[in-house]
Amino acid sequence: MPSDVEAVAEQVFVALADPSRRDILAALASAGPATATDLAGGLPITRQAIAKHLALLTEAGLVTAEPGERRRVRYRLRSAPMQVAQQFLAALARDWDGQLDALKDHLDRQARESA
Amino acid sequence: MAFPDRIERTVEIAHPPAKVWAALTTAEGLSAWFGQEASIDLRPGGSAWMKWNSGHTAEMRVERVEEPTVFAFTWHIFGLPEEDPRRTYVEFTLEPTGAGTRLTVVESGFGQLADDAHRTAYEGNAQGWVSELGELVGYLDAV
Repeated sequence: MPSDVEAVAEQVFVALADPSRRDILAALASAGPATATDLAGGLPITRQAIAKHLALLTEAGLVTAEPGERRRVRYRLRSAPMQVAQQFLAALARDWDGQLDALKDHLDRQARESA
Repeated sequence: MAFPDRIERTVEIAHPPAKVWAALTTAEGLSAWFGQEASIDLRPGGSAWMKWNSGHTAEMRVERVEEPTVFAFTWHIFGLPEEDPRRTYVEFTLEPTGAGTRLTVVESGFGQLADDAHRTAYEGNAQGWVSELGELVGYLDAV
């Protein structure tokens, strides 16, 4: 089990644990790349707090900074770490217990019908 | 955090291996308990799919067919984009137990990181961060 998968997933979950960072990521996911000023206009968070969160998210590789208009830095969501975290969620969401119960029910039903 | 790479379950089933095998490896069987509709080309490398009323479809590739003891396939990791090459491996093992069957299912590969994803997750990030750091600092100074 490569530990870097865990490290990437952990950064995603740490980022998502904070409501302001969830708001920022959700805004970037739904409306696309934005500057800190754009984000401050649409969210109930101060621009200083947004800049701090964006710095953390950039360092974690969850958003990437790119040149925007008027020398403003625009932030864009990076999907690669989210997809790693999604693997973790996929394992938790896999319901083999329910599936195997359904298999047993099917075989019981089939046996009753042929009896 | 422990990343669950592998899921394993063993259940005792009160029906003989031949019945369980049919339920796992035929379109009729799979559509009765797993998907709502199914199709399977039962040979290593063969294609199979299951559909659900929700509109979800799972495409599978048959990997092992050793009647009546081992059946395995790979499929896409749920939630990842269609073009993502990562797949998990699902293996069913059937053991006769008196009149019944001990069925073990192992699904593995949740913890894998494709080379591409690894490169994008690390190198791209490191380079992007280094080149953009100056701009970020410049922006913050200007606020």
